[in-house]
Amino acid sequence: MPRQLLLENQDVPNIHQFDVYRQLGGYTSVERALNMQPLDIVEEVKKSGIRGRGGAGFSTGMKWSFLDRKSEKPRYLVCNADESEPGTFKDRYLMEKIPHRLIEGMIVSSYALGANRAYIYIRGELMWIAKRLERAIGEAKEAGLLGENILGSGFSLDLVVHPGAGAYICGEESALLESLEGKRGYPRLKPPFPAISGLYGCPTVINNVESISSVPWIINHGGDEYAKIGVEKSTGTKLISASGHINRPGVYEIELGLPVEEFIYSDIYCGGIANGRTLKAVVAGGSSVPILPADLILKTASGAPRLMTYESLSDGGFQTGTMLGSGGFIVMDDTTCIVRNTWNFARFYHHESCGQCSPCREGTGWMEKVLHRIENGHGTQKDIDLLVDITKKIEGKTICALGDAAAWPVASAIRHFRHEFEYHVSHPDKVSDPNHVYQPNLSQRTA
Amino acid sequence: MSPQFSPSTLANIETLKRRYPDGQSKSALLPILHMAQGELGGHLSREVMDYVASILNIQPIEVYEVATFYTMFHLQPTGKYILEVCRTGPCSLVGAEKIIEYLKQKLGVELNQITPDGLFTIKEVECLASCGSAPMLQVGECYVEHLTEAKVDEMLAALKAGSLSGHEPNPKHSILFRTRGETA
Repeated sequence: MPRQLLLENQDVPNIHQFDVYRQLGGYTSVERALNMQPLDIVEEVKKSGIRGRGGAGFSTGMKWSFLDRKSEKPRYLVCNADESEPGTFKDRYLMEKIPHRLIEGMIVSSYALGANRAYIYIRGELMWIAKRLERAIGEAKEAGLLGENILGSGFSLDLVVHPGAGAYICGEESALLESLEGKRGYPRLKPPFPAISGLYGCPTVINNVESISSVPWIINHGGDEYAKIGVEKSTGTKLISASGHINRPGVYEIELGLPVEEFIYSDIYCGGIANGRTLKAVVAGGSSVPILPADLILKTASGAPRLMTYESLSDGGFQTGTMLGSGGFIVMDDTTCIVRNTWNFARFYHHESCGQCSPCREGTGWMEKVLHRIENGHGTQKDIDLLVDITKKIEGKTICALGDAAAWPVASAIRHFRHEFEYHVSHPDKVSDPNHVYQPNLSQRTA
Repeated sequence: MSPQFSPSTLANIETLKRRYPDGQSKSALLPILHMAQGELGGHLSREVMDYVASILNIQPIEVYEVATFYTMFHLQPTGKYILEVCRTGPCSLVGAEKIIEYLKQKLGVELNQITPDGLFTIKEVECLASCGSAPMLQVGECYVEHLTEAKVDEMLAALKAGSLSGHEPNPKHSILFRTRGETA
């Protein structure tokens, strides 16, 4: 069995309850941390090499070290539990199964950052998980692990669960802060970064659920031990949300470095392609990352086995590679219409664009429209080039990364499956059937 | 009649405001709007939004701009149960459209309409973080996952009978995530 740092004991009955969690060693990292200097904790997290698990992959320890500690203002820790990236459901799973893991991580991280008030911003649709977290917070408080003077250390922490109300953009950290302040989720111009001026204009660190939940293990075993797991700059374990045409969809904790092929076909992970079909394409890191055809997801362009790491998945850049992103691993079999799926994602980004920046507000709508007409047999050859042009005019030209996230799936689908778009344009009679299936000849793929 | 929260909700709101620093009670706006929608008629009418503004001592426009931004807030009346079906990629790959069509046919309404008995509204929503148990829908706080036509029938019957409350999920309908790899 692969190592489980985050999902350890997930199958123990009632592990979501404090007593069960505590009995199995839960909250020992709080006891340990309170006897350490806060900056030493930051150092351990740096040493662990853990990278932000929300999707951006930026070093968590570095992010912590940017926090303005000289400011006289209060500091805040905010947990980003607004998991909304299509294909991603690991934070939900972790909070639902083992809510105390996150709370333990919040206490240790808040102590390290010197925050006396911390928020868990959870997407509003997950209201029952918000309630589960609140119950867990109540239990921890009763045990003296939250509130005033935790375990007699002099450190106090008020931990609050705050529900959102349905907006993908609030997963963007500065939009999340706006939303937490009771406003529309409009991303802020940066700089200043939240580490200097975040929640209520105060120094703030925002971390993903999985990142914070990894902190207890790092403190218990040391950053060096954590860094021994995984390969290169992809240390530790990662939760992967597997969905689509596979036999065993679900959340899996993997050690970074696992070959993609093993992840897809092993019976302890995805268990292969469902219904005896064959693999056509994979979106490896949530809907925003470039889609790759079967041959390129299994092997890099140079023929090396593709691994589940930040480096290997991005090998080849966007020409032949993709990104680990949030670990939302969406598998598509040979019956999948790539044009239809691309249109579906474009509709998502159009729906979720906050409307602040023209390139994204207008461009996502254009992409949705053009893709819809190609998918339904009304497209022209020029439309394909038009789409590529629109993606270039969105990418890098917006306040936040939603513009890029909207452009990449479209650009990569055309890059790797152009023949399929051309088929749609040249066979309007065939594709107007909503159940049309295009069987690609992979040798036609234009790299 | 002007909208009015119950005394116990008003007390809860006072507790809620204290979760944010002094002078930052506007942070409580989203949670209060959730409460308002739940307690004051199922959608946010202009009167309800004005009332919420008065509670937080902010301008009504500050409430309108927020209420119109977030998809969970309904500005028009809906059925008692809103069946929010995920339509995004992973759900779509495994048959979300068919489930939506089946629901429309079964209830005899189009998207966003209310059934004549006032019970149901079907809405399409974007990804609900349930891609491993797709296709799925949300009703109230309940996630109904691994949807099939038979499961839709069962769910509708349970909702009509009041045994699957939108707020108190019935474990039979698998609100909790299924053990990974296990099929419906």
